[in-house]
Amino acid sequence: MRHSRLSRTALWLWVAAVLFFLFAPILTIVLFGFDKSNVETWPIQHWTLHWYSVAWNDPQVRSAFALSIKAAVASTSLSILLGSMAAFGVHKARFFGRDSISLLLILPLALPGIITGVALNSAFQWAGITLSVWTIIVGHTTFCIVVIYNNVLARLRRTSSTLLEASADLGASSVQTFRLVTLPTIATALVSGALLAFALSFDEVIVTTFTAGAQNTLPIWIFGAIRLGQQLPEVNVVVTMVVLLMFIPILIAARLTGSDNFAPRVAATRKVTTAP
Amino acid sequence: MGGVARRTLVGLMAFSIGALGIVAVTSGAGAAGLTAPMAGMKPLQTIGKGEGKLNLIAWEGYATPQWVKPFEKATGCQVNAKYAGSSGEMVSLMSNGGGHQYDLVSASGDADLRLIYGGDVKPVNIKLIADWHQFRPFLKSPSFNTINGVHYGVSLQFGPNVLLYSTKTFKSAPTSWSVLYSKKYTGQVTVPNNPIQIADAALYLQSAQPSLGITDPYELTQPQFSATVKLLKSQKPLIAKYWNLASDEINLFQSKTVVAGAAWPYQTNTLKANKAGVADTIPKEGATGWADTWMLATNAPDPNCAYKWMNWVSTPHVQAEQAISFGETPANSLACPIMNKLQAGSCNGYHANQPDSYFKTIKFWKTPLSTCDNGKNDCVPYQQWTNAWTQIAG
Amino acid sequence: MTTSVDPSTKSGGPRALHSSALARSRWRTAFLLSPPLLWFLVIYLSSLVLMLITSFWSVNNFTSQITHQLTGSNFAQISAGAYPTIILRTFLLAALVTVTDAVVAFPFAYVMARLAGKRAQRLLLGAVLLPLWASYLAKVYAWISILEKGGALNWTFSKLGLPDPNLGFTNGAMWIAFCYIWLPYMIVPIYGALERIPSSLLDASADLGGSSWSTFRRVLLPLALPGLLAGSIFTFSLTLGDYVTPLLIGGSNSTLIGNAIYENLLNGGNLPLAAALSIVPIVIMVVYLTIAKRLGAFEAL
Repeated sequence: MRHSRLSRTALWLWVAAVLFFLFAPILTIVLFGFDKSNVETWPIQHWTLHWYSVAWNDPQVRSAFALSIKAAVASTSLSILLGSMAAFGVHKARFFGRDSISLLLILPLALPGIITGVALNSAFQWAGITLSVWTIIVGHTTFCIVVIYNNVLARLRRTSSTLLEASADLGASSVQTFRLVTLPTIATALVSGALLAFALSFDEVIVTTFTAGAQNTLPIWIFGAIRLGQQLPEVNVVVTMVVLLMFIPILIAARLTGSDNFAPRVAATRKVTTAP
Repeated sequence: MGGVARRTLVGLMAFSIGALGIVAVTSGAGAAGLTAPMAGMKPLQTIGKGEGKLNLIAWEGYATPQWVKPFEKATGCQVNAKYAGSSGEMVSLMSNGGGHQYDLVSASGDADLRLIYGGDVKPVNIKLIADWHQFRPFLKSPSFNTINGVHYGVSLQFGPNVLLYSTKTFKSAPTSWSVLYSKKYTGQVTVPNNPIQIADAALYLQSAQPSLGITDPYELTQPQFSATVKLLKSQKPLIAKYWNLASDEINLFQSKTVVAGAAWPYQTNTLKANKAGVADTIPKEGATGWADTWMLATNAPDPNCAYKWMNWVSTPHVQAEQAISFGETPANSLACPIMNKLQAGSCNGYHANQPDSYFKTIKFWKTPLSTCDNGKNDCVPYQQWTNAWTQIAG
Repeated sequence: MTTSVDPSTKSGGPRALHSSALARSRWRTAFLLSPPLLWFLVIYLSSLVLMLITSFWSVNNFTSQITHQLTGSNFAQISAGAYPTIILRTFLLAALVTVTDAVVAFPFAYVMARLAGKRAQRLLLGAVLLPLWASYLAKVYAWISILEKGGALNWTFSKLGLPDPNLGFTNGAMWIAFCYIWLPYMIVPIYGALERIPSSLLDASADLGGSSWSTFRRVLLPLALPGLLAGSIFTFSLTLGDYVTPLLIGGSNSTLIGNAIYENLLNGGNLPLAAALSIVPIVIMVVYLTIAKRLGAFEAL
């Protein structure tokens, strides 16, 4: 589509405005981490680094962060396994009710979290299962599967099946085909799906509220900390650090997935054709 | 939904109709025809070696590093606290006797009976709590945590729900809760988003409309209940926000969005520390309030650490620390001088030196039951309080 | 964008027709689908059904115990009093948030997909994803401190000599916070859909004399629709079931279905009524998903 100079400028201005909207609250969070007072009022009167040392030395923050990472890694891994299995199963086969699987898998994400949470909570209690990090993982996996499933399925649909056939015709075993063709093809879809699943799990409040046992995840710790408001700046510090920490993996992922979807496919073809 | 899913759904339905009974029972606590299921359970006789860990369900601020760290050091029991936002949440978390993972809950009076009659907490051997003898008389065996001489927990702290106001708007302290119902402050009032708030309105009506014959704000007949709900509905336009978290209300006052509201002394303390220009008072009608108890979960996995904790938080020093940190009144009568040492004038400020009659002026939270004290069965139960509250605040 | 034609139908070849190969592919499908489907049926659907059945039971007012007798009383209760207002408010807010996010996201995603260079594209994608890592709760709290009286917005307005907007603790504040929190979930799928459109298609439309507007309306929008719908599933359903944002930033008229469920369940111990209330968003979402699926949203998620 061709654009006049004016419409181009207008579009880029819009982008700038949205970026401001996206980052103004993040900036607020960062700034209030340096506020001496634990009641947030603008502008900030007294600045301090005090909350950084508080957050750094808070064992509750450390254990909550560790638990969140643990739960997110486990549920993302499980989702990668189950989600790609479902995607490959649906992609290759034709059977009655195939289309309903997508609908089924998306339900936990599409239905309000409070419903998923309450339902799982009642079921766990009925089954006599003690709430623990495992029940958190089960809850998170349930709504993360669809993210992987959709990403992988979309990629498979866009991948020409002739590529796989070519590999087979050239004498590759199915393991070789998977390793050299299929995996590189879906790799970026997996990475972006996994990243989203990880983010969803890491920041999940509502389902976790109902599936967590005695241990606190980071969002649950934050909710507790903002209740009385004594530790608000500490919360801001913790969030700032998490954002800084996640900056690098996001940049890498954006690099991997940003617009060069086609590249790995070409590379894969090359590898197969040069394989002995 | 597709074929596979549909067939399975039908099968599941048949299976789960029978199954749900258990879920159902745990979700509602007993009320009429009261017997405490765990009354016969034999409590611990001696406190043994600690289990190395302790899981608490607590109000935020009740497991503060200030007194948790020294406890961990002294006993080797690693404390893990889960914070609950409401009494209802506490009851839910404690279902199934603490689910074999929670040891203690810092329950308020409106949750105590639900926990006791739900069988979620068990008797406590009060002889093992050394400081119990120093407790103020009315908190040794109060009716909300002691039934037929059986203790289900150890009293901790208590406090009134106060009238918090902006000193800029009110040059002198308001003398009546009527300011919270006055059109003059439309859009500038805040009250807690909690069904138990109905009792606050009933307490006000007890003196404002004596013809209703309210004697206990937690035991309301249908006409009394309807009149109270009507008052609260007419209050709605005055409300800027029904506050959910203590920090909500702090924000509302600090930003001068509201000028009057129902609050805990905790908010007053925090706001005063930030020079927000507020003060609180207990108006002439009296006040509702809370009295908290550490209760022992029926399936507590770490009973020895739990007893060590109950002992620890009952000591005068920890009692004083918590009283100042949260702005409440300690159960241990020896805490007063320590409070003054920690923060001058705090003993008087938090009413720790008041006679027992002060306690009587506070109408403590309790679970509204359909059985009234007069033996009749015509009081409105908590179920309907919740429902009515949704209608008011919704 | 490819349509959902099954590749196995067009791949053909003698191998596909061979009966043992067919049986093998059946086994393969069964092997691949069983674990995820079992997970869903055993863990998710059974719990959901378990809960929904309670909506036909009731709680005895005197004993607070659940009575295992089929009754429609919960549904009668949620169709009267404040509940219809709460349901309508939630639905309208979810719709408003979805429309706002779509309008905000579309031009942004368009620039990302079609105007930005490779480097800018990556940077913009990173910028959209980064806020997802700042805790949801902290972001809502940040909006409180921006919008409330004495917040950054009022402060900025007063510096500019404008009247105070005083947006804190209102439904407007809730709307802004929701739009903000779910915006990345709208941008990413639209970007994905727009990015797949071949440039030749848009050029062709222009070459054939289509104005920018008609190219947008006839080519761009229909092709981006699956992405738009996919994003809307997120924004709509996430708003529909949230109870934390209204709790934090809402005012005195901000109760949503999620809050009513939460209140009845946790404060009232009334699982049957809470379950009956949950059926409302379930029905809304199932209808929504069915329509979205027809329009092809599932391929763009």
